[in-house]
Amino acid sequence: MTTAVGTTPQSPPRPAAAPDRRRTGPRAWATRAPLLPALVFLIVVTQLPFVATLVISLFDWNSLNPDKRAFNGLDNYASVFTDAALRESVLTTILLTAGVVIATVVLGLALALLLDRAFFGRGLVRTLLITPFLIVPVSAALLWKHALYNPEYGLLNGALSWVGELFGDTTPSQPDWIAEMPLLAVIAALVWQWTPFMMLILLAGLQSRPAEVVEAARLDGASAWQTFRYLTLPHLRRYLELGVLLGAVYIVQNFDAVFTITAGGLGTANLPYTIYQTFYQAHEYGLASAAGVVVVIGTIIIATFALRTVSSLFSEEANRA
Amino acid sequence: MTTATVPAPTPSARGALRRAKRRSTALGLLAWAAGLAFCLPALWMLLTSLHAESDAATNPPSLFAPLTLDGYRAFFGADTGVTPWPPLLNSLGASFFSTVLVLLLALPAAYALSIRRVRKWTDVMFFFLSTKMLPVVAGLLPVYLFAKNAGMLDNIWLLVLLYTSMNLPIAVWMMQSFLADIPVSVIEAAQVDGARLPTVLARVVAPMAAPGIAATALICFIFSWNELLFARVLTGVVAQTAPVFLTGFVTSQGLFLAQLCAASVVVSLPVLAAGYAAQDKLVQGLSLGAVK
Amino acid sequence: MPHQQRRRGTRVRAVAGTAAMALLGAGCAGAGGTAFGGGDALNVLMVNNPQMVELQKLTAEHFTAETGIKVHFTVLPENDVRDKISQDFSNQAGQYDVGTISNFEVPFFAKNDWLHPLDTYAEQDEEFDQDDILEPLRDSLTAEGKLYAEPFYGESSFLMYRKDVFEAKGLTMPPHPTWTEVAGLAAEADGAEPGMKGICLRGLPGWGELMAPLTTVVNTMGGTWFTEDWKPQLTSPEFTKATKFYVDLVRKHGERGASQSGYAECLNNMTQGKTAMWYDATAGAGSLEAADSPVKGKIGYVPAPVEETKSSGWLYTWAWGIQKASKKSDDAWKFVSWASSKEYESLVGETSGWSNAPAGKRASTYDNPEYREAAGAFADVTEQAISGADPKNPGVQPRPVPGIQFVGIPEFTDLGTRVAQEISAAIAGRQSVDKALATSQKLAEQVAKEYR
Repeated sequence: MTTAVGTTPQSPPRPAAAPDRRRTGPRAWATRAPLLPALVFLIVVTQLPFVATLVISLFDWNSLNPDKRAFNGLDNYASVFTDAALRESVLTTILLTAGVVIATVVLGLALALLLDRAFFGRGLVRTLLITPFLIVPVSAALLWKHALYNPEYGLLNGALSWVGELFGDTTPSQPDWIAEMPLLAVIAALVWQWTPFMMLILLAGLQSRPAEVVEAARLDGASAWQTFRYLTLPHLRRYLELGVLLGAVYIVQNFDAVFTITAGGLGTANLPYTIYQTFYQAHEYGLASAAGVVVVIGTIIIATFALRTVSSLFSEEANRA
Repeated sequence: MTTATVPAPTPSARGALRRAKRRSTALGLLAWAAGLAFCLPALWMLLTSLHAESDAATNPPSLFAPLTLDGYRAFFGADTGVTPWPPLLNSLGASFFSTVLVLLLALPAAYALSIRRVRKWTDVMFFFLSTKMLPVVAGLLPVYLFAKNAGMLDNIWLLVLLYTSMNLPIAVWMMQSFLADIPVSVIEAAQVDGARLPTVLARVVAPMAAPGIAATALICFIFSWNELLFARVLTGVVAQTAPVFLTGFVTSQGLFLAQLCAASVVVSLPVLAAGYAAQDKLVQGLSLGAVK
Repeated sequence: MPHQQRRRGTRVRAVAGTAAMALLGAGCAGAGGTAFGGGDALNVLMVNNPQMVELQKLTAEHFTAETGIKVHFTVLPENDVRDKISQDFSNQAGQYDVGTISNFEVPFFAKNDWLHPLDTYAEQDEEFDQDDILEPLRDSLTAEGKLYAEPFYGESSFLMYRKDVFEAKGLTMPPHPTWTEVAGLAAEADGAEPGMKGICLRGLPGWGELMAPLTTVVNTMGGTWFTEDWKPQLTSPEFTKATKFYVDLVRKHGERGASQSGYAECLNNMTQGKTAMWYDATAGAGSLEAADSPVKGKIGYVPAPVEETKSSGWLYTWAWGIQKASKKSDDAWKFVSWASSKEYESLVGETSGWSNAPAGKRASTYDNPEYREAAGAFADVTEQAISGADPKNPGVQPRPVPGIQFVGIPEFTDLGTRVAQEISAAIAGRQSVDKALATSQKLAEQVAKEYR
């Protein structure tokens, strides 16, 4: 942190460089001041609604029967914990997030390895590969649902028909993709969108490998696999952690894909969708708020554990300054 | 070591070189194949947008159907007389203003977390990131009720505020990382010269962190532009954004694929353009500044 | 030094504060919401159906030109639009003055006082001719004696079949078929042409998709969702028989990908000659008989198949409801009465053809010679289907609330969709019908408890 600065003898020690033992006083507040607008803004906009959600969760409030709104204490929480649908959606969220993250990391790593070496038109291929990430998410979900998965006129079944025709097959199989593998269908669409994200991070990691070490390994006769396993992977570890963490943060919240592709049906309802459904389709405001509070608390607990991995990133930061 | 002349390659070495070259070309071709295959759905979307509706929904797919701009014409209001410019402008406005506000808030905050760190700065960073993990849909109802009572429904500035809070943690993390790279000596020199904090920020820090600021702005713009849930629930006629407008093309009664693809292409264009133009910044942004 | 630091800190706060205030100020200035775009424009939220698409264009050219009232439309797909309308109307947020609601929402929207009663308007507006509106529709949009919505177009259901294919195969369609006869015909018509299936039935999960035709089949086979004293009957022998019949028929002789097929997919199938019969909304006829339809003139229309009841077609209408919190109800009525008027129907007839006119709501439409010329094939069957619909008594036993293809309670959107998901899974072959109905019975029980 700030202690490393004092090593250069020429520069005078910064006045505020020494850790300020006092928590109050003008110096400490002056240091904090630039942080305050952002902090206050964020607290107001994210925490106040949470308090309101907490209050609403103590009421039995169905917006279609507004006169029957009544305080019912912790009843909503009891319903939340005994609701099978909510438990299922927790499981679905875990499956969805894990599936997408693992698949995107593997695929992203493969693509990054391919892009790591120079070849003709590499820039163009990289541009092609990042395109899925730059398409508006709801567009991408609609594209997969209607233009690709549709059993009547989607591209996937169309391709199967065309291949079938080539081989003289008049009744090619035309599976109903979304109905037969609903969660996989959603996962596939999300993997398509998020693989470029992982690929870019891992590619940057690959390209930051010290070239001399790789060269030395090659000269020593290491095979490609050995170089990968003992040199590349350890170097990439930090980038993998980063990618997995960020990817999980974004995917866990994903709403557009589930809403668009399956409308939460066929066992693909994840937590954001279930809460949305309880609010806007079942109109149970109290119950949905209670579910929201429970999810927030659960997220905080998980985040505390997950963010510990981020401290490894911080140790690098600290060493740099 | 390097002064010795390199001996001419032996026959076996030449063979190895050829093999390596062939493998390299093969891998290059594989990369091209992978790139095209992966991008295929997007290319298909582009092709479908240029087909007539009846050609867009055939099985097997009609690759070589005549090209037409009907889908785009429908998107721009040929059938309904409704142009997409208001939603597009709304999206542009919301994304632009929220990005500006985010930068205004994040830059000083990052300064306080990198160059002149507060105590417990790691806790603050954790807090910022943890707000990103909260399910936004749980807070939707209170925001809606507040907006309704404050008369701010269907108002673009409400979206600006919400998008700012959505992007602020990312921006703070990114800026913190970029500012931490700035050599302290430069800042000290400015301070010794008597500059106050705003001047330091504006005249010294910002130019040096300009690439970082650009990367942050790019990411915040992209995420704001893409946002759908808040926009759908909180806006109506006046402040409708482009993604919501896009969903209006899906109908359960009739063909709509070509129109939808055309709409998707147009609505995604700004993000595509921004992303293509600044691919490096994209990486920096996505990794919260950890990757440079 | 400390002085400078403190001032620097306050400086930053001041700068940030001013920026924030400026933005907030600008926000409050625009907080009227309608500051730009027209403070006196009418805001209409509607579903994305072909009739509505047409309406947008004609409104600007005719209604706004004549009355000077600007109308802003927001168009969303059906599920989204329902969510947004109930959110807006239930909170009386006033974002929209007019919304496309249906005879499903009117009873409880009216009970909760979210809609503007329209009786006074309708009585004073003679040109509108309220009595011309078909009686079942009028009744279904009336609650507690007051009228709350005006239909834009109405529909029932009937059976459409390929006359030419039937003739080629030597099959005859009885004028008032039963479901048993239809199942037999589907088996024989299956494969009549290469790639053609016997029948197309909806299988897409959704209370308004799969559940609508399935409930009519249940009704006519003697089943019901709830008894009059709110006991769920989803595992009753009649309901089970009807569901098994529907699921088996669609699995054996129905379209590919049935569990993802809704109205649009079956329309596509029928147009492209991939199915010989189609049981669905009367609105389908308009598209099938459109000028550029490859099957124009080849379709025969008969009433919805029955078993134990006289009729079984459903009753549905997309209607205009005016939000109680709207401050422009007079202008809203002007728009509503124009969109649902006879003049508007003629306007559509002249500009894009009578088969596209929003029909199914007025008796005069079916007397109009121009309409009969364009829609002769299906006009009478449609009118009979709508006039013969009886939402209060659609089956063989009394119901607790009106509704043919739905149960008129707000919970039905959630319940109907969840049950539809179970049955759609059965259609996809992922579970048995019995298991689907057992799960559905439990869901229905939870809802019934609230009403007992």
